[in-house]
Amino acid sequence: MKEAAIPDALEGESFAVEAREGWLSWVASVDHKQVGIMYLLGAFFFFIVGGILALLMRVQLAVPDNRFVTPEIYNQLFTMHGTTMVFLVLVPLLIGFSTYLVPLMIGARDMAFPRLNALSFWVQIFGGVMLYFSFATGGVNGGAPAAGWFSYAPLSEKAFSFSRGVDYWALGLLAIGVGTLGAAINIVATAICLRAPGMTIRRLPLFVWMTLVNAWLIVLVMPILNAALVMLLIDRQLNAYFFRPAMGGSALLWQHVFWAFGHPEVYIMILPAFGIISEVVPVFSGKPIYGYEFVAASTVAIAFLSLAVWAHHMFAVGLGHTFDMFFAVCSMAIAVPTGVKIFNWTATMYQGRLRFTTSMMFALGFLLMFTIGGLSGVAFAVVPVDWQMTDSYFVVAHIHYVLFGGTVFALFSGVYYWFPKISGRMLSEYLGKWHFWLTMVGFNLTFMIQHVLGMLGMPRRVFTYPALPGWEAMNLLSTVGAFLLAFSVLIFMINLAISLRTGEAAGDNPWDAWTLEWATTSPPAAENFPLGVPPVHGRRPLWDLAHPDRTDEMLMKLAG
Amino acid sequence: MPGPYSANAFTLAPASPQAAAISRLFVGTLIFLGVVLALVTLLVLYAIIRYRDRPGAPEPRQNFGSRRLETIWTVVPILLLIVLTAFMAYAMHTGDPAAAVDDPDLRIVAHQWWWEIYYPKSGVIAANEIHIPVGHSLSVELRSADVIHDFWVPQLARKIDIVPGHPNYLRLQADHPGTYLGACAEFCGTEHAWMRFQVIAQPPDKFAEWLRAQKAAPAAPTSPEAIQGAQIFADRTCANCHRVSHTVASASIGPDLTHVAGRRMLAAGALENTPANLGAWLHDPDEFKPGSHMPNLQLSKNDLNALVAYLETLK
Repeated sequence: MKEAAIPDALEGESFAVEAREGWLSWVASVDHKQVGIMYLLGAFFFFIVGGILALLMRVQLAVPDNRFVTPEIYNQLFTMHGTTMVFLVLVPLLIGFSTYLVPLMIGARDMAFPRLNALSFWVQIFGGVMLYFSFATGGVNGGAPAAGWFSYAPLSEKAFSFSRGVDYWALGLLAIGVGTLGAAINIVATAICLRAPGMTIRRLPLFVWMTLVNAWLIVLVMPILNAALVMLLIDRQLNAYFFRPAMGGSALLWQHVFWAFGHPEVYIMILPAFGIISEVVPVFSGKPIYGYEFVAASTVAIAFLSLAVWAHHMFAVGLGHTFDMFFAVCSMAIAVPTGVKIFNWTATMYQGRLRFTTSMMFALGFLLMFTIGGLSGVAFAVVPVDWQMTDSYFVVAHIHYVLFGGTVFALFSGVYYWFPKISGRMLSEYLGKWHFWLTMVGFNLTFMIQHVLGMLGMPRRVFTYPALPGWEAMNLLSTVGAFLLAFSVLIFMINLAISLRTGEAAGDNPWDAWTLEWATTSPPAAENFPLGVPPVHGRRPLWDLAHPDRTDEMLMKLAG
Repeated sequence: MPGPYSANAFTLAPASPQAAAISRLFVGTLIFLGVVLALVTLLVLYAIIRYRDRPGAPEPRQNFGSRRLETIWTVVPILLLIVLTAFMAYAMHTGDPAAAVDDPDLRIVAHQWWWEIYYPKSGVIAANEIHIPVGHSLSVELRSADVIHDFWVPQLARKIDIVPGHPNYLRLQADHPGTYLGACAEFCGTEHAWMRFQVIAQPPDKFAEWLRAQKAAPAAPTSPEAIQGAQIFADRTCANCHRVSHTVASASIGPDLTHVAGRRMLAAGALENTPANLGAWLHDPDEFKPGSHMPNLQLSKNDLNALVAYLETLK
């Protein structure tokens, strides 16, 4: 088997070890660890901002006929909440983890293109700032975008959205898109070219596997969004009519191009989360991942299928039963590789020795919450069910079970797992348990009930609602849940603040984990592995080191 | 609240063959998915309880997987999904039967943020309330005057988008007399929340009566106040946007008002239709539906009362 060597060209350049002090050592950094941490902090900042937008929405919806905010403001709130959480929180958090971890996990010294790495991050932050600058634009044409995070045309066209909000939205997303694309290209190059000797593709940690597939997916679909955004901008600024039916354009063209990007984007927001779970569950079960090849291959299957399911967002559009049927079958097919993952994670725990650290508890929470989101996703693939439930609160519940119950739970699991490596200190398990249980209760209180609201006929994206039977009480409960959820995030922040100062020292490998990042110090030295990368003869190099008599290779031979 | 909200919009309380087919599939799907969820939850909970770390537990056996199990949990879900797909195909057929493209019984035009209802066969125009005869399957044509909207009456039919430049067709039917709540389900701008409507299903004879009454010209105003109101309606800008049949007001920018006094709700669901509410609405539309295209006409108290008196004669 051919083994990748570290290219000599990289040896000559010094990337990170320039002596800079204070904030400049961060802003001017091209070190993947610092850039990764900045990704995480930047995205966490936007997570708080997007969360505050959500709380304002829940206050408005707490009682019927509420006048806490005007409809214009409410529409800006949900547009910015969705856009923020998708483009400035979930994707950057996952890229942040990838940027920090991929070089460490494959035994590399940095990303393949360290300067591109820093550029990608700063361009993405610039896009976020530009998007939020829209709030500061005053006057009759001012205000944030208010056409929803998928900005359906022709509502997003100048005739119906004459404020500059949509322009800021399109320009901001263009910048974010360019940054994300740069990061993805970098991850692909890093994972393919910079693996340590012995780290073959079949031995890659699953987190790297999924990050790699994910980066490919970004490379494939992000240009579609950017093209669509440019078309929208041309419509709005140069008076063209790609998406203006009144002038011979097509409103549906926007939906096709947006979702051709948008649905793969949903998987872009979940695949690295699958990677986190695939690292955490085995370590805290004391066993290797069950069915490594199947977990990895199912990721590839999901990525491919995700390119052929976009029109399940368009079942209500009226494109005909044959059309609906094709996309329904493709969408259902995705449930199969996803199910394979769920079963393999569960099987990993069987006959294991489970340690219920906060990280593991969030992973278990992920397993159950994501299953609910995945299954309601299957319901949406069933076309007639979609005809009733799409654009209702049922779909709001569904996306939050996937993206919060799935991705955010996995991200919290990842934070508790890798925080010791990143900071050198352990997070408080005591506060962690409080964080977990409050999140679990708050999350389910907020969103479980929204399934029922959808079934009772409440459409999404309404700034207020009549006091129909049941709507009042359920909306109030959902608002209470949202505040509980916000409180749990506050506890998490307190945990971060306290543990950073006074947390227990972590040591190199506090969890008895097996992948390469645990072979170096916590936090890792600037050059990652000053003492050299341990030899890689299997998927769990640190297990092999600790059990030279029972390496993975020998165990797998025994198992046949 | 009594009155307008005694009706509901519960998807699992269908009142038409189409909605019933969808509802059955929905319930079946929920049960199927519920069983899968219960299975996964039990497997996870069993692992949590049975395999939790105990003091002195031996190191677990390092197990790398099983091809047999992988095959099982790949193939079994495929088979189950094939069964689900068959049920789905059946429900698509019964839940959304082909609707006639020519000569529709009803033509619905969605506007930001109200519904224009045409009965092409009788020439009647209404707004925000759709009267239909019980037991008749009507073919409906849906068009948009501006952006994308969505027609959703959960108890009667599938949801269907109303896309500018792309007319859609639907069959609408109700098995029992009653009121069925509907709403725009696709975000369509500022007042998307108040783009609600009601479908009122009546026995065929009652419906025919209603249709006749709608077609008839409204009685001419008799009280001096109402006569003054009619004058204001024609002179001020009302007539530039609204239509009252058999009068000079013939515009179709805003809702047809020929029989506005007979409707249950005002402003596409924002207000119950009472004389007091009508006055309050005319006094300041933004108070109840901020962002709507109905302007504040700065009417004097006298003019306002006269206008309300006139509109209340449009039964």
